[in-house]
Parts: sequence; structure tokens; C-alpha cells
Amino acid sequence: MLEKLLSGPKTYYLWLLFLLCLIAGSGLVYLQQLREGLSLTGMSRDVSWGLYISQFTYFVGVAASAVMLVLPTYFHHYKKFRRMIIFGEFMAVAAVVMCALFIVVDLGQPQRMLNVMLHPAPSSVMFYDMLVLTGYLALNVVIGWTTLEAERLETEPPRWIKPLVYLSILWAFSIHTVTAFLYAGIPGRHYWLTAIMAARFLSSAFCSGPALLLLLLFLVRRLTGFDPGREAVKTLTTIIVYAMCVNVFFYLLELFTAFYSGIPGHSEPIALLFAGHGGHWVSRWMWAAAAMALLSLALLLPPSLREHRAILPAALALLVAATWIDKGLGLLIGGFTPNMFEEITLYTPTGSEITIALGVCAVGALVLSLLWKMALGVKKESRDFAG
Amino acid sequence: MNRRGFIKAAGLSAFALIGGAAPFDEALAGIAPGRYGRNEKALRAKRWGMVVKTREFRRPEDYAFLADVCRKEHNVPRIDGPQNVKWLWHDTFARVFPDAVNDYPDERTRSSVFPLLCNHCDNPPCVRVCPTGATYKTEDGIVAIDYHRCIGCRFCMAGCPYGARSFNFKDPRLFLPDPPPNPAFPTRMIGVVEKCNFCAERLAVGRMPACVEASDGRILFGDLEDPESGPRRALAANYSIRRKPSLGTRPGVYYII
Amino acid sequence: MYNARPVLAGIAIVAVLFSAPFWVGRLGRDYKDAGIVPPKDEKNCIEDTELMRSRHMQLLNEWRDEALRGENRSYTAADGRIWTVSLQNTCLSCHANYREFCERCHEASSVYPYCWTCHVIPVEIKK
Repeated sequence: MLEKLLSGPKTYYLWLLFLLCLIAGSGLVYLQQLREGLSLTGMSRDVSWGLYISQFTYFVGVAASAVMLVLPTYFHHYKKFRRMIIFGEFMAVAAVVMCALFIVVDLGQPQRMLNVMLHPAPSSVMFYDMLVLTGYLALNVVIGWTTLEAERLETEPPRWIKPLVYLSILWAFSIHTVTAFLYAGIPGRHYWLTAIMAARFLSSAFCSGPALLLLLLFLVRRLTGFDPGREAVKTLTTIIVYAMCVNVFFYLLELFTAFYSGIPGHSEPIALLFAGHGGHWVSRWMWAAAAMALLSLALLLPPSLREHRAILPAALALLVAATWIDKGLGLLIGGFTPNMFEEITLYTPTGSEITIALGVCAVGALVLSLLWKMALGVKKESRDFAG
Repeated sequence: MNRRGFIKAAGLSAFALIGGAAPFDEALAGIAPGRYGRNEKALRAKRWGMVVKTREFRRPEDYAFLADVCRKEHNVPRIDGPQNVKWLWHDTFARVFPDAVNDYPDERTRSSVFPLLCNHCDNPPCVRVCPTGATYKTEDGIVAIDYHRCIGCRFCMAGCPYGARSFNFKDPRLFLPDPPPNPAFPTRMIGVVEKCNFCAERLAVGRMPACVEASDGRILFGDLEDPESGPRRALAANYSIRRKPSLGTRPGVYYII
Repeated sequence: MYNARPVLAGIAIVAVLFSAPFWVGRLGRDYKDAGIVPPKDEKNCIEDTELMRSRHMQLLNEWRDEALRGENRSYTAADGRIWTVSLQNTCLSCHANYREFCERCHEASSVYPYCWTCHVIPVEIKK
């Protein structure tokens, strides 16, 4: 199937070239980070995790969200998702690759990273995170590749793939639960110490991941003519709406406990995120996220609006932006501010940090482009292409 | 076997080789033909602990002096800004004991500062979260770091409720004289986490921790499980508190207020 | 298999080239060629010289784990002598000649251990 990567329009090659340049450029910045250490970043003694780990967290969610296509297809025999399920699986592959890279660029001593396997520490949630992420990557590569090959040969996928698919459904929930446990089991970080963290992670993943998938598929439809299918889009949008409602609901639950109990530890991080003692830039973003979340719901809840060809992408984009700010920025900053002495240390990612993060995203985009190119090539041959 | 099958099998076995060969390094332990043991002079305890008689400290400079002793003893670099490295330092009551803040504190509580260092907890979250075992608890209750093994993931810094840990954002040698102040003790390298080690290297040769020695009896150090030890006798005779007791970490550093 | 003969020959050539450093290394060179200067006053290292030469790195790893994790900072050698388990304070006090001992052999063997980013090289021989 790899031969599908070798032929394409000029724009395809230009896109790959662009990504490679981006990767090379940010690779240079990463080399500088290797030499000068994480002093290049905006992180500090008080805010010791930043953009890298928050992006890791966000993209674990994107990876897990493939299950929103797989579960209806295999548990409920919802046939309409069959055409685009491969894109979800391949997006999960790209997302897990990005997660791994985000961890690597965050390490102070990356050449020692295999210590996690050489000296496994079963008491550490990170150990399990490593296990579930590599497992999930392997599952999606195997399942994606095998089913796509079966489609190319116009046969049914082999029977042994079914148990793997069921396993991958459970596994998807596990990766984001374990990622939430990284945070939710830490004493003394008020914003994270909440039992609803894993549920909140999953709900936010199950709306933002499929929303990102749909946006990318709309782009693919414009570029190649591949149609994911009207009914499938409609169903997936419904799933997104439900997940987003649950996501917003869970956040409101946090707000209730924090502010009705009046316990400073619970309320302060949230007050800080939104009211920004001393004018923290993140408050503007958090208010924007809240506004975008509500606006996206306003556009997605009425069926007449969400089925509109122009409104749907805009609403999904708002949703992705809102959930990204919540999990990709607010989560980490809220966890570290105030710090362990109830003081405020500002965190602002530096240019180098953002460049390296963009480089990791470019690697993800490259993996995604190549995998999707292959899938589109196969779909084109099997005439399962335009709606 | 067709060509495809061969390539698949070759790839899998190469993967297994790389993945499987690595852990055998550990099995090579037991290289030295001799025997290991404690130094005869080594101080021993079931559980090391510290008691700070804060009433006997008058001014912030008293603590700053001890922090300097600690810096010199362990080659702790002095770095300005938020990416700094600290083993022992001091701060106001409200920051050291944020759970115990009083709206109308007495004059001494309001104006005094208190020392901060690693609490060497009985139930340390940093040890729990460390993915490589680089941070561990020794038999006698010291929470230590193996700087050789630390991968610099900083999970322990997120995990520590006391802000006791510092990450080497920069190469610490750039901020130390050459040779470093204490040539008998190593420095750290860029990209690892460090903190107070209760002077394990001094206890091993029969000496009290550097700050304790320099404090003229204002900081007590000894076995918390021995009712006759200096710290225990002081705790029995005075009201004392620990930092953030509600978190269940059970710190080994007590403050007589 | 198609073109079996050239393929096998190619594999053989690659295998030889790939393992060449090992064979070249075996051609009559040993540690003496590095020109290391051993400490003058001592005849024996803590253990048998051959063991120290070939496995000092593993022994140091063992020392590290015993000292840091087991708190066993005293080592009684096979000959009964007692040593403090410390690279910086025991090994380097005798092997004070870092440039002419450690470094010379490490460079000749193309190994670049980074012990010295933390462990302090004794000052008098540093230059």
C-alpha cells in the first residue's frame, strides 16, 4: 500500500516539503534546547510543566477519540461510519506519535528516557501511561493497516482483527483515564485533585477529537472529493454535541464544588484562571474559551443550524478552540498557580518552546498526511469515494 | 516463507532483540568480589527527623547563614530568577504554613520567617510518582535522588506538595566557581531534579547535617523513633507543627512555634 | 530467492564492513597503546588489575547503587583492605592524574563517559 504515497498532485508534494522544512527548523531549535536545557522555555521552579505536557495531554484525548467511530461501528453495527473509521484510527496513530514526542522534548535528560523501561516503577502513573500509549499505538497501527489492506483487496478483514478492535475500544478509554490519573492523584495540587478529572478528560476528548477529525475530513473533501457521507457526519456531529454538553456540565460541577464549599484551595485556581490576579494573560483566553464553548453549543444544539454546510465547520472550530484552551492551557496553568506556597508565578511559553511544539505538531501532521494519503488512495480504487 | 513474510519476521525479531536485550544489564550486578557495609562511624537511626526551634531564631539572616552553609556543602548553584535551585531557604509564616493562616496573628508569627527544606516524608508523593525509581526512600527515612537515573520528567516536582524540589534548567557548573566550593561532593548536571538529602553523605561518616551543625543547637536532628533522642525530647516538651499535615505525607521536619 | 548469489555476497560484504571495527580492534592493540600513566605509589587498585581494567565501569555502577540506595558506603576488598565507596573521594584520590589516565584511555577506546559533569576532577591535575 506504500506505493499510494508516491503519486499525488503537486500540492501534495509541496505540503510534505513544507512540513519537512517546519520539522527541520524546529529541530534546530530543539538541538539548541538540548544544549542549553529547558532554560529556553518559560517553565520555572514553580511552574515545572508547561506547553509540552499540556499538548501531550490534549493529544492523548485526540488519540482516544477514535473510539467514537469504532464503538458505534463494532458494538452497535452502525455501518455508516465504516467509510471514515480508518481516518479516525490513523488520526489516533498520528496523535500518539505526537504525545510520545511531546514527552521526549519535555525531558531534561532525553537520552535516559528508556530508564522508564529499564527501571520500571509500578507505583508511578507515568509507567502505566507509557504502557497504554505504546499499546494503543500498536493496536491502531495493526487494526488500521489490516482493515485498509482488506479494503484494498476487496475482502473482509481477517477474523483475528475483531478481538483487537474490541480491545482497542476499552484501551481508548484507558489511555485518557490513565493520563488524567497523572494529575488527579497528586496531593496538594488543588485544581487537579478531583475525582471527576478522568471523566472530564474523556468528555472533552470525545467532543474535541471527533470535531477535529470532521474539520480535517471537510478539508480532505474539498481537496480530493472524498465524501465521509452525509449520514455519518450527522451522527458524528450528534455524538460531538452530547459529549460537549457533558463536558460543559462536568466543568460546571467543578465550579459548584469549588465555590459553594468556599474552600480556598478549590476555588482559588479557578478564580485565578478567570480573574487573573495581577493580570495573567491566561484569563483572557479562559473567558474566550467559555464564550466559544457556549457559542459552539448554541450553533450545534439546534439541528437546523448544525446541519448547515457553512455553520457546522465554524461551530466545530469554536469547539476545538474552546476545549484546547481548557485542556491545552488552563489545565496546567491552573494546576501550578497558585504554587505550593499559595503564591503566583506567571508562566508564559517562550518562542522557542512554541516553535518546538509546532515542530512536534508538524511531525504529527506529516504522519497523518502520509497515512491518510494511503487510505484515500485505497478508497479511490475501491470506488468507495465520492458521496 | 515468501519475501513478505520474511521481511515481517525479520522486522519483528529485530524489534524483539532491541526490546529484550536491554534489561539484562541489571543482571550483571555483583561485579565486585568484596563485601559492602556501613562505615563504622556512620550515624544510625530508624527514622531520621529534624526539629527546628523557631523561637530561637531572631532574624532572616540566621537562616540565610545556614542556607549558605548548605550551598557550600553541596555545591548548590546560586541562580537568579524563577529557574533557581534551592535546598534550604526561608519564607514568611503564611507561605510556609498556608493551611494555618490566622487573620490576626501575633507579632512574632507575623514578622518572623521560617526555614524550608525537603520534609523527607514518611509517605512521599515524589517517590510514588517517579517513573524510574530515581527518587527513593532509604531504610532510615531519607528521601534521596539518584541523579544518575533521573530523566528530568519533573513529575516529582508536580507531586511534591512542599515545593522542595528544583530542576536544573541550566548547567549548574556555569553558576559555580571552578573548582566548586566542596570538592569532595559532586555537583549536579543539567536536566535533573535536585533537593536536600538530609546530608546522607555526612551521616555516613558520623557527622551531623551541615545546617544542624552550624545552627548551634537551634536545629535538632536525630531518630524520631527513639523517645530519648534530642528531637523527640524537644517534641515532648513543646508545641510543634508540620507543614500541610492534612495531605497525609507525614513530614519528618517539625517546627516548634 | 531471486539472484541468490549476489544477494548473499552483498549481505556478507555488509556484515564484514559492519563488524570491521571489532576485527581491527583485535589486531594486536591493547590498553597500553593509549599511553596511560598509572598512579606511581600504588601497585594494586582496590581489586585485581585485570578486573578493574575490563569491568571498572560496571563496578562503579555497583558502587553507586550500594552507596546511594543501600547506604553501604564502605567496601571491604577481597584482600581485606577497606575503602570508602566514592568515585570522587576514593578513586580520584589515587587516580589523581585524570588527563593521563582516565581521559587518555577513554579517548583511545572512543568512549565518552560523562561522570565528570557532576563528579569533580581533583584540581591539581586539571590543567
